Amino acid sequence: MGYNWINRNLKWLYILPALVFVLVMMLFPIAYTLWISFYEWSMSAITPPAFVGFDNYISMFKDERFLDSVFNTFYFTIVALAAEMVLGLAIAVLFNRTFKGKNIAKTLFLLPMVATPVAMGLVWMLIYEPTIGAANTILKSIGLEPQLYLASMTQVIPSLIVVDVWQWTPMVALILMAGLSTLPTDPYESADVDGASAWQKFVHITLPLLKPTIIIALMLRLIDVLKTFDIIYATTQGGPNFKSETLNIYGYVLGFQYFKLGSASALLVIFFLIVMALTLALIWTKKRLEAEG
Amino acid sequence: MKKKYIGAGTALIVTASIMAGCGGNSSPQASSPAASQAPASSSASESASTGSDKPFAGQTVTLVTANHPWSEAITPLLPEFEAATGIKVKVENYFEDQLTQKLTVQFTAGSETPDVFMYRPLQDGQLFFKNGWVAPLDDYAHKDPEYDFADISPSAINTTTIDGKLAGIPIITERGVLYYRKDLLEQANIPVPTTMDELVEAAKKLHNPGSEMYGFVARGQRSPLVTQLASYIFSEGGDFITDGKASINTPEAVKAMTTYGNLLKDSGPPGVLNMSWPQAFGIFAQGKVAFLTDADSLYTNATDPEKSTVSDKVGFALFPAGAAGSKPVNVTAWSLSINERSKNKDAAWELIQWATSKENVLKAQQKGNPGARTSVWNNPEATKSFPEELVPIIKQSMENGVGHDRPVVVSVGEARDAVGEVVMKVITGDKDVQAAADKANANLQAIIDKDSKR
Repeated sequence: MGYNWINRNLKWLYILPALVFVLVMMLFPIAYTLWISFYEWSMSAITPPAFVGFDNYISMFKDERFLDSVFNTFYFTIVALAAEMVLGLAIAVLFNRTFKGKNIAKTLFLLPMVATPVAMGLVWMLIYEPTIGAANTILKSIGLEPQLYLASMTQVIPSLIVVDVWQWTPMVALILMAGLSTLPTDPYESADVDGASAWQKFVHITLPLLKPTIIIALMLRLIDVLKTFDIIYATTQGGPNFKSETLNIYGYVLGFQYFKLGSASALLVIFFLIVMALTLALIWTKKRLEAEG
Repeated sequence: MKKKYIGAGTALIVTASIMAGCGGNSSPQASSPAASQAPASSSASESASTGSDKPFAGQTVTLVTANHPWSEAITPLLPEFEAATGIKVKVENYFEDQLTQKLTVQFTAGSETPDVFMYRPLQDGQLFFKNGWVAPLDDYAHKDPEYDFADISPSAINTTTIDGKLAGIPIITERGVLYYRKDLLEQANIPVPTTMDELVEAAKKLHNPGSEMYGFVARGQRSPLVTQLASYIFSEGGDFITDGKASINTPEAVKAMTTYGNLLKDSGPPGVLNMSWPQAFGIFAQGKVAFLTDADSLYTNATDPEKSTVSDKVGFALFPAGAAGSKPVNVTAWSLSINERSKNKDAAWELIQWATSKENVLKAQQKGNPGARTSVWNNPEATKSFPEELVPIIKQSMENGVGHDRPVVVSVGEARDAVGEVVMKVITGDKDVQAAADKANANLQAIIDKDSKR
């Protein structure tokens, strides 16, 4: 039996490690989270988890702090994503030309992406320090009003967006640069013959051809920005007064500071559905665009 | 070439450690049996460790510590303990918030490690003890008369006692005090404030944002500020919880929270809302603030010349008196305990007993860690490194202080956020503080009610 059996089922054997990994490390945690989300459990050894049905979900939608965190998540995501895509595209186009010192510039430019987010969060916290930080020192030296940045309830999210854009635009640029280098040259040549301007070439040739790559970059960043945790936790921990509390931070607080594991799980399930829905919408858009193209 | 350097380096290290060993041996203080044995047995440790004086030889004890000056003082001494007992100590070090999470997760999973851990009795004590994660230490503490358990301050023990059981041995105690800038007060001819009204007045006078000088700073982050706010509330005659009922909407508590919030709003530096103690001490140490209220145990952040530009200009005063006098917090900030599931409880206690012995408390205290042993506080050697004027203030605060600094409930994190909200409202200029306090009080009551159902 042995050898023959292996031979017949070889294809299954090959995928077995991957299958086990997905089941144990991905499907099980998701299923377990879903299960806990129907219970009230406070990590107490005395009171066991109590089944509460959809209570955790219902109270979530009555919880102002949850609704605020949904708003904060989208505010942060949409603005950061838009800025990263526009800047990333501009930089990719710039680096697609040849100029002196291009390679050095490229390397320097990619550095923020390599840095550890938490360490960078701490550095930005110093930069943003209202009294002695670099940002205000610069503002004051050119005669502008100093700002509060992370300590202001209105500026905290824009300040965090700047950090995220600084750190992750290079990645968008990197993906788009790869996309640009695969574009065919003939459309540009015929456009030159027809006397198209550089802007016309960009809008009518580069952008349409680059669309699939742009959508991939968008999707990767979307998922990442939505679940941003490290820089927020390192700088404000969701403050001041919960004004930078995103879904991920609130989930963490519920789970590991308040030890309300049921509520935290319910929040994560909702969060999971949001991320899933947005990703599916993007994939659908991509397919439609490809069908058109 | 390279090898030569390595050889020379090793030789240097070996020589240095021998010299260090000799130094310890010849010092007159090392007269207790444990200390005089240490150098001797370390030289003998190459040969087989023998004898009944090392009943736990070969066992490994895992010690989890917080990123705290106490750990920095004790960790270098551990080789002495290892040599004297033959117990191997594995140390893990975490930042304080991560520490609670790590321990909670590990204990929930029923882990046998760590054996010994550092924890905050007021933050984690109720949760840990009521879940049965902490081994009661009553029997251990009284076993060895030389350990002299009675020497540990009763109020510190009170903080670590839950339901009549000893849940931990206090290692760090702290009190709320007033830090001030001697030079600024002198220049402006302002006496050191002794009452809350005087502090508010003086902070206003010294507040000059135009030239980047601010009157007052303290923690402004919603949750971290609660433990410092406590001294204000007690000094006005209030408390977070009175007779099992939430009481943060009482006139006393509301007055205290308004005072605290207004001090930060009217005399504070920009950005207080994102300040916990590192930021508050940071800006004070930069010489930009006249007054600071925070724990005395953090004083090196203001007086260490490496961290502070005003190290020689820092003064200390008793917490300013409110309507009920000066009633600062006086609590055990950190203690050591044993994991209930530990396999090596006896060896674990050996480690705690060693770390909290008179001798090592003295050593830690000499490095600026305020401990809980009365005999050590009465020893002039112990307070030598402390700023001279801080010592009587500490002793006095130990007498009239209050033994908790936050609502003592299981869900401390949630309770702190509930209380902190009121101060947020004051700082951001909300006029109706009473309404905010009533709402926060209801939230706190709900948390207390949930506790009683556990």
